[in-house]
Amino acid sequence: MSEDKGSFGVHGTGDTSGYSGLVRTQITPGSSERPFGGYFDDLADDLERAFPAFSDAIEKIVVDRGELTLYVKRTHLFETAMALRNTETLRFEMCMGVNGVHYPEETGRELHAVYSLLSLTHNRRIRLEVAVPDADPHLPSLVEVWGGINWHERESYDMFGIIFDGHPGLTRILMPDDWQGHPQRKDYPLGGIPIEYKGATTPPPSERRSYR
Amino acid sequence: MTTHSDAYADSRETTEGRVYSVTGGDWDSLATEIGATKEERVVVNMGPQHPSTHGVLRIILELEGETVTEVRCGIGYLHTGIEKNTEYRSWTQGVTFVTRMDYLAPIFNETAYCLAVEKLLGITDDIPERASVIRVLMMELNRISSHMVALGTGALELGALSPMIFAFRDRELVLDLFENISGLRMNMAYIRPGGVAQDIPAGAIQKIRETVDQLRINFKDNEKLLVGNTIWMKRTQNIGYLDLAGCTTLGITGPVLRSTGLPWDLRKTQPYCGYENYDFDVITTDSADVYGRFLIRMQELEQSLRIVEQACDKLEKLAGQPVMVADKKIAWPSQLSVGGDGMGNSLEHIREIMGESMESLIHHFKLVTEGFRVPAGQAYVAVESPRGETGVHLVSDGGTRPYRVHFREPSFNNLQSTSAMCEGSMIADVIGAIASIDPVMGGVDR
Repeated sequence: MSEDKGSFGVHGTGDTSGYSGLVRTQITPGSSERPFGGYFDDLADDLERAFPAFSDAIEKIVVDRGELTLYVKRTHLFETAMALRNTETLRFEMCMGVNGVHYPEETGRELHAVYSLLSLTHNRRIRLEVAVPDADPHLPSLVEVWGGINWHERESYDMFGIIFDGHPGLTRILMPDDWQGHPQRKDYPLGGIPIEYKGATTPPPSERRSYR
Repeated sequence: MTTHSDAYADSRETTEGRVYSVTGGDWDSLATEIGATKEERVVVNMGPQHPSTHGVLRIILELEGETVTEVRCGIGYLHTGIEKNTEYRSWTQGVTFVTRMDYLAPIFNETAYCLAVEKLLGITDDIPERASVIRVLMMELNRISSHMVALGTGALELGALSPMIFAFRDRELVLDLFENISGLRMNMAYIRPGGVAQDIPAGAIQKIRETVDQLRINFKDNEKLLVGNTIWMKRTQNIGYLDLAGCTTLGITGPVLRSTGLPWDLRKTQPYCGYENYDFDVITTDSADVYGRFLIRMQELEQSLRIVEQACDKLEKLAGQPVMVADKKIAWPSQLSVGGDGMGNSLEHIREIMGESMESLIHHFKLVTEGFRVPAGQAYVAVESPRGETGVHLVSDGGTRPYRVHFREPSFNNLQSTSAMCEGSMIADVIGAIASIDPVMGGVDR
């Protein structure tokens, strides 16, 4: 849950829009209770049976907009992934990749790695989400589980600075090798220069007045 | 340091061994000189500016003679930060950015993105049927134009020139249809959250039907040239082999996966946009090689034509129905029309907001400058693009801009299989293998 104030994101007395008193509350979908609906209950049961440390490994289960997200502790990520891939009733034999999301406000869980899995056998999808602190952005690499995640992990390292321990060659993939910083993080500026055209100057996109 | 001076092939000593920068000229002198050194291992950089690497792709080859012992891809030359940029624009403006990722399949990027926005908004079921049919129509036309490039450039890279000429001739016909419908031939930003930018113009269905008939005839040219052609088969059969186990572990989808015999096509297995209401076949082969993937693409053209025809039938039945959601808080207020200088704002709409209705002006202004808010949460939506699964992972924090947009690009993922397909093969076959993956560097690097 978070709160937005005003209409333009201006802080202090600069907001002359008349909307500075406006307060908007955003509710992020929270932990879901059983029954989850659809195949999600079966899936959770099967995972629980196949994976003894299930209750330790899973922080919470969120069912939202018809999608199941398992929030996994990073210490148990590798075992969870193995169980999801190898158990006959689960068989998530494909990982469609991992990508990072940066939440600077979530102290101690700033960087999230989001994996989307696909089971060809059962025609199912689920999502794994792991949160790590910015100060210690280490995660076990899943290249041994799904080889195709190799480049995706490199991209998440490149863009967010998440370090995947055990990756066979964790180097930058999209940015040049000597690049400083991780561009997709929220504290990394978009950049850009003001453009002058016919006497008027347009500031770069990140500095324009905009609505929240 | 000894420096060999040659106008075309300069060389210098490095800690890694002698490095030659070859820019053309007489290969014999270079080959003689390399042959004289004691090095058995030769590392060759192919690309990023090489005519047969399918874009600005750098391929690092380790060779023993003409046999490839190791291949690695160097990518990132076309990275433009599209994902980062969308975080600073409204949800609707995002379409204009994502359409430029995989520039040969813009409609698929747009559709995947819009389906994800709609899922976050919870309006998936409110999308008018006519809008969904137009989306399907555009996607299948786009699949044809994309496959034409895959086939044309793939053949060109292996030395067959004529198929490229036929393929681009046919692609032009499809691009003409795009221009007629959306005003643009590429990067149309035509699919919008809530529907499509505008209805198809009068007479477009007739034009599409004529083009479909023409394409059916035209496709035979390439079929006659390549299918069963001995030289073509010798260059493509048993080349770039990747079996089902390799595909699943590497996350490979699309024609490469279907060439292993597995009929995995999201249009059938996890339908979206009403694909379950169309009659078409999923094409597979079981050779798991370049030739198999070529045959799949050839036959998918016909399947796409079938879907286009069915979409035309549906559009005739749905004439006059809306192409944008009814919810005015989401539906884009502005209408477009073709003027003397091309596609632009419709004069009727301008008259309404500037001269007739203050409320319309306010509504237009609010929605265009501020946009709409999307409830917080995340969604993943996948569509079957010409290259495989294009997945969009969207995160919203409840604001008027995306919090995170991530594209799971099939080109990016599938390019990883280069090593598995090419190591141990001849250097000339690397070209064919990569062409059969059909990577688009705009999608790989985003």
